[in-house]
Amino acid sequence: MSIQLDEAYYSLLHELQAIDFVLVELQLYLDTHPNDAAALQQFNQFVELRKRVVHHYETTYEPLLQFGRSNMPVSSWQWIEAPWPWQV
Amino acid sequence: MWIYEKKLQYPVRVSKCDPMMAKLLMEQYGGADGELAAALRYLNQRYTIPDKVIGLLTDIGTEEFAHLEMIATMIYKLTKDATPDQLKAAGLGPHFAAHDSALFYTNANGVPWTASYIQAKGDPIADLYEDIAAEEKARATYQWLIDLTDDVDLQDSLKFLREREVVHSLRFREAVEILKEKQSEKRFY
Ligand SMILES: [Fe+2]
Repeated sequence: MSIQLDEAYYSLLHELQAIDFVLVELQLYLDTHPNDAAALQQFNQFVELRKRVVHHYETTYEPLLQFGRSNMPVSSWQWIEAPWPWQV
Repeated sequence: MWIYEKKLQYPVRVSKCDPMMAKLLMEQYGGADGELAAALRYLNQRYTIPDKVIGLLTDIGTEEFAHLEMIATMIYKLTKDATPDQLKAAGLGPHFAAHDSALFYTNANGVPWTASYIQAKGDPIADLYEDIAAEEKARATYQWLIDLTDDVDLQDSLKFLREREVVHSLRFREAVEILKEKQSEKRFY
């Protein structure tokens, strides 16, 4: 299966990038504000949201992580088949 | 350990082949205030920084590798369709002679990256001030790069990177305050 680099692909990728942006931002913020309960709660909320979007992405396209870190069984070795970040 | 995630941190799109801009972007690839220097600087300092700041250096250092990949993607996309003549006209003739179209860790002038760009003083305040200065220099470089292109797609990605440097600088300043507080607590015992 090769990935169809269409509008649906880019919009899902962007959705994931947007969620990850929030998580990176909160991660760094929490590194210097570890007792901010609201930030912690928001972090947990986005972790849950991310799980759903990652599941959608990985089942539709390919695993995101190497070394078995992606939570999906593989039926073919998509890792080397699907395009790399600088190719899309 | 580190795990690779097969996606960019933020989209990188370019609207034209532009080897001249690719050459300028190398400043943020293998230059003194570039992303490679940033990642290696923070990840190396973290082993001896006070515990309260190790997390921050680890996380920002890791994010810098994501930025390095974005810069690489920009350079790759801006040069992949360029002919040797176009590369030569853009000042990349010497680069092409040595590396073909491969990327290499040099600054915009073709000078290879060197560890002397970065510091590890072992003094937490000295190291963090170095990090703050590095972020401010990277932010300034991104502004000059934004000014040097009229490619709005490229500008969009560069603006994202510029804003990340602003946030990193802010977090490092907070880290300095955290360490100062800890020091003054000790003094009053
Ligand atoms: Fe940075």
